[in-house]
Amino acid sequence: MTPRDFGRLVAASIAAHRLRSGLTALGIAIGIAAVVLLTSLGAGLREFVLAEFSQFGTRIVAVNPGRTMTHGMPLGMFGSSRPITIEDALALEATPGVIGVVPYSGGNAEVEGQGRTRRTMVHGVGPAMPTVFRMEVQSGLFLPGGDPRNPRAFAVLGSKLRRELFGDAPVLGARVRVGSERYRVIGVLAPKGEMLGLDMDDGVFIPTARAQALFNRDGLMEIDVIYGEETPAHEVLAAVKRMMIARHGHEDFTLTTQEQMVEVMGNILNVLTFAVGALGGISLLVGAVGVLTIMTIAVRERAGEIGLFRALGASHGQILALFLAEAILLATAGGAAGLVLGAGGAALLHALVPGVPVETPWGYAALALVTACGVGILAGILPARRAARLDPVEALRAE
Amino acid sequence: MIELRGIERHFHVGDQEVHALDGVDLAIGAGDYVSVMGPSGSGKSTLLNVLGLLDRPTGGRYRLEGRDITTLDEQDQARTRRERIGFVFQAFHLVQYLTAAENVELPLVLGGMAVVERRARVTAALEELGLTARAAHRPEELSGGPRQRVAIARATVTHPAILLADEPTGNLDRRSTADVMGRLERLWRAGLTLIVVTHDPEIGDRARRRVRMVDGRVASDESNPAAGDPSPGIDPAAPFPA
Repeated sequence: MTPRDFGRLVAASIAAHRLRSGLTALGIAIGIAAVVLLTSLGAGLREFVLAEFSQFGTRIVAVNPGRTMTHGMPLGMFGSSRPITIEDALALEATPGVIGVVPYSGGNAEVEGQGRTRRTMVHGVGPAMPTVFRMEVQSGLFLPGGDPRNPRAFAVLGSKLRRELFGDAPVLGARVRVGSERYRVIGVLAPKGEMLGLDMDDGVFIPTARAQALFNRDGLMEIDVIYGEETPAHEVLAAVKRMMIARHGHEDFTLTTQEQMVEVMGNILNVLTFAVGALGGISLLVGAVGVLTIMTIAVRERAGEIGLFRALGASHGQILALFLAEAILLATAGGAAGLVLGAGGAALLHALVPGVPVETPWGYAALALVTACGVGILAGILPARRAARLDPVEALRAE
Repeated sequence: MIELRGIERHFHVGDQEVHALDGVDLAIGAGDYVSVMGPSGSGKSTLLNVLGLLDRPTGGRYRLEGRDITTLDEQDQARTRRERIGFVFQAFHLVQYLTAAENVELPLVLGGMAVVERRARVTAALEELGLTARAAHRPEELSGGPRQRVAIARATVTHPAILLADEPTGNLDRRSTADVMGRLERLWRAGLTLIVVTHDPEIGDRARRRVRMVDGRVASDESNPAAGDPSPGIDPAAPFPA
C-alpha cells in the first residue's frame, strides 16, 4: 500500500464514522484543553508573583534581628538579643560591594495635613530608599543625607496619601503632623502600586531615627542592603555576615536575599504549575480511556470490514497499521483542537477578567500534543491488535 | 490446479470436537466450473474458506498451482489471496464508506499497485460488469444485483486464477440471481476457475461439475456435460478480456 492510499483509506474511514470520530477526538481535546488552560493559569500565577517580588529589585539583602525568621513583617520588637541599630547600618554601608543601605523601622500612625487625618503606614527609612527599592520621586526631593542619628523633620508622601490629604493643592513645603510631631513635606513619590496587597503609595516616609522615636523602639526592624550588579550575591552575603558578627559578637540576625526568595517562590510555583498540569493530565487519561473504548467497539462493529480486508489480501500488518493510524490521527487531531481550545480559553479568560494572570507555557502545550499522540498509540494498539488477529472466517460471518 | 489431499478441519465446540472437514480429497482443474452443495453443517463453507486461505486446515495437504499452500506464512498467504483468489460473498461485503469504483479498487490499493495501472483495471472491470454508470455510487445507493456485481468486479479486478463464490445469490431475487449467475459464467467462459458454494439445486445444477458434501466428506462428485464447455485453449493465468 502506498502512503497516499493508506492516508486516503484512513481518512475515508474517519469521515465515514463522523460522530464516533468526533466524540473520540473530543475526549482528547477536552483533556488537552484542561492541561493547557490549567498550566496557563499556573504559569500566569508564577509570573505574577515573581513580578510582585522583584518589582523592588532583586539585588537586596535584608538583615533582620533574631536568628529565625518568619516571612512577612519583621519581628523587630521581639528581637532576641542585641537590637540592630543605625550604627550597624552605617557600618554595612562601608562594606565592600554594598552601594546602598536602608535602615527600616515603621508602623501605623495618624497623619494629619490640611486639617484632614488619615491612619496610615509610617515608614522610617534612609535617603538611599529610592535607589534600593527602585522608587521614583514625582516632585520635590527625597529625604536628604546628613547625620542619620539626628535627622531633620522632613517627610515624603506616598502618592495616594498626598491625594487623600491634600487633593490637588500644592503640597511641597506644607506641614503634616505624624503622630505627635510636625514635619515639613519635601517630596512626593511616584505611584508604585501594591505589593502582595500592601499599598506602597498609601504611606509617609520619614527619617529612621524619628520613626524609632515615634514608635518608641530601640532597634531597627530591618536593614536593607543593595549591592552592585558586578558583585556576586554570596560574596556580599558573606561580607555582610562578617561585619554583623564582628559588631554583635555572634550571629543574632538573619540574612535573606531577595534572589533567594524569588528563587524559592519560583520553585514553589513551578511545582504548583506542574500539579495543576497533572490535574489536567487526569482528564487526558479519561480521554485516553475514551479512545480505547471507542476503538474497541469499532473493531467489534467493523469485524465484517476487517474480514473483508483480510479476504482481499490485507496482511496482519496492514490491518494493524490502519486501525493504529486511525487512533493516532484522532488523538492528535483532538490534541490540536484541545490546544487551540485551551490557549483560546486562557486568552479569553484574560480578556474577560484582566486581573487573572495568564501565561500559556508553550513547552507544556507541546508536551501535551506529544502526549495526545502517545495516548493515541497506547489506546489504539490494543484494539488494532485485536483487529489484526481477528479470524477472517469469524469476522465475515459477523455481518 | 487445486489439489486437496486428506484435508481435515476440526473445531472444538465446548469439549466436543467437530469435524467440519473429515478427509477431503479433491482435484480441480484450471477453467473448471464446480458447484459445492450439501446441507448446512456439511462443511461446504469451511471447504471454501480453506480453498480461499481464510482458514487453515488442521490436517492434509493443499497444493495451489503446484505450490504447497499449507506451509506458507501469513504474509505469503495474504499475497496469494490478493493475487490468485477472488471472493464473492452472500452478504456482498462492500465497504459502506467507499464508492463502487473505490470498492473495486480496494484489492489493488492493498497490493500497492500504481495509480495509472489501477485506474485502467478498475475501469475495465466496471465496464465488464456493466457498472460504468454506477462507479461513483455508494453501496447503500445500489440494490442487491448491482451490489453483487460490484463485489464480482472487485473479486476479478486482480485477475485471479480462482473465483470463490459463497452463496452468491442467497440475498438476491430471481431476476438478479439470473443476472449474477450469467455474469459469473461469462467470466468462467473467459477462463476463470469458478467454484460456487450453494444449497440451491437450481444454481448447483448449472455447474459442469457438482460436488456434494455430507458430514465433512465428499459424498458425490459428478460431471454434467450438458453445462457449456469453457472455451478451449484459454490460459487461466492470463488476464481475462475486459
